[in-house]
Amino acid sequence: MADVTAHITGTVWKIECKVGQTVNAGDTLVILESMKMEMPVEATDGGVVKEIRCKETQAVSEGDVLVVLG
Amino acid sequence: MFKKILVANRGEIARRIITVARGMGMQTVAVYSDADAELPFVKEADEAVRLGPAPAKDSYLNVAALLDAAKKTKAEAIHPGYGFISENAEFAKTMADSGIVFVGPPPEAMLRMKDKSEARRLVAAAGVPIVPGTKDTVADVATALSEAERIGYPVLCKAAGGGGGIGMAVANTPAELEKVFRACVDRARAAFSRDTVYLERYFPAPRHLEVQILGDLKGHTLHILDRECSIQRRHQKVVEEAGSPLFLDGQNTSVREQLYEAGLKAAKAFGYANAGTVEFLYSDGQVYFIEMNARLQVEHPVTELTTGVDLIGWQFRIAAGEALTLKQEDITRKGHALEFRIYAEDPVKFFPSPGPLKVFQAPTGTGVRLDAGYAEGNTVTPNYDPMIAKLIISGDSRAQAIARAKDALASFKIEGIKHNVPLHLRILESEAFVAGRIDTKFLEHHAKP
Repeated sequence: MADVTAHITGTVWKIECKVGQTVNAGDTLVILESMKMEMPVEATDGGVVKEIRCKETQAVSEGDVLVVLG
Repeated sequence: MFKKILVANRGEIARRIITVARGMGMQTVAVYSDADAELPFVKEADEAVRLGPAPAKDSYLNVAALLDAAKKTKAEAIHPGYGFISENAEFAKTMADSGIVFVGPPPEAMLRMKDKSEARRLVAAAGVPIVPGTKDTVADVATALSEAERIGYPVLCKAAGGGGGIGMAVANTPAELEKVFRACVDRARAAFSRDTVYLERYFPAPRHLEVQILGDLKGHTLHILDRECSIQRRHQKVVEEAGSPLFLDGQNTSVREQLYEAGLKAAKAFGYANAGTVEFLYSDGQVYFIEMNARLQVEHPVTELTTGVDLIGWQFRIAAGEALTLKQEDITRKGHALEFRIYAEDPVKFFPSPGPLKVFQAPTGTGVRLDAGYAEGNTVTPNYDPMIAKLIISGDSRAQAIARAKDALASFKIEGIKHNVPLHLRILESEAFVAGRIDTKFLEHHAKP
């Protein structure tokens, strides 16, 4: 299991993956928005999306787990 | 002059406008979102009106709420600052229709500038040099590819109606252009509700020069000399200065004259009045018009400090119908000024870093001015752009300003967020910066940790 965390504090703009989806390292899972910038959050390793722990428009802090990969 | 004005902005610029207006004897009204209720600009105004929730569309871009606030407080004029509604001709017109003076250019002039391909056509017709590019917006990929062959690669694909680097991308090859063109059209549609884009020659490492303009409503237009803003990240300025190092010690005087003349011609072509800025690229001895910004610039203080011209004061006087009493021959530069934008962001990766300002201790000293939007104890929220303050340093010479800037930045204490003071210190350590050899790729080539 690998936790994918927010690298910035901001809000969730778009969720780009679905539970059960197979993703590769480098794929964009979530796009965060902060201070007028969109910042993609990418998978660091390949795997299957086990859980999505955020919702679009939700506020998140740096370090929060957004997606769990298995 | 107006008795009472409303400032339709936030942070450092709202604070600065309030200070100037108060100094001219006007009452001031601040407007704020829920995220900004505790910030200094809200407390420093004579009155403050809540606009709405934190998102800009519900607050600082909310035309109905702004109009209500102006009516309720009986403000006679609205100063928009920069960003938000400052370049919105519709907003300016709505205000005018309600009998409230918009402190900015005439709405017609704003409309002429807003569409960048229209703007290019207009200034080119007036004899202003423009970057080689498409005459019109580009309808499809096939047209983009044939136009790019004529212009020469690399080409820059830009959204008409864009700004601040949004919807811009570079293509080095036809294959890249196909990809970039489609992405750019999507971005233009999403961000500006129109899907028109145009192409122009991309200069890999130009300098960014600009000319400050001041014009009254009686057709009297002046230029208030140049600024250089080459040091940028993500197409946004990081360090600005007046004047450009390119022109120091009497160098490149013919380029400088060409720049001023082009700036004035462009402003007149737009029918410009009030304060505005004409932006140019400089490459290989040539200047090329990029755009005109219909507002006060973030970096206006470096002009004020070196020319003694009170730009915000003149914005109010011009909006109130007064004639410019300044003459072109009176506009001269004394000394040098540098502005460092203090961003709440990682100083290496430039990632945003909102959070609480646990410590915020401003530097002091001769020639040191800090225009800050926040005070110690405030929280920088993720809702707006990352600029929290501007450190503005002046000196008799560029070398003296650099020495003072090093001292000031070294003693600037900010804790609780990541910030770019370490980046500014690296810039000042760079031999290229000290020698004035700067271009828009400076941060990629120098000032790495």
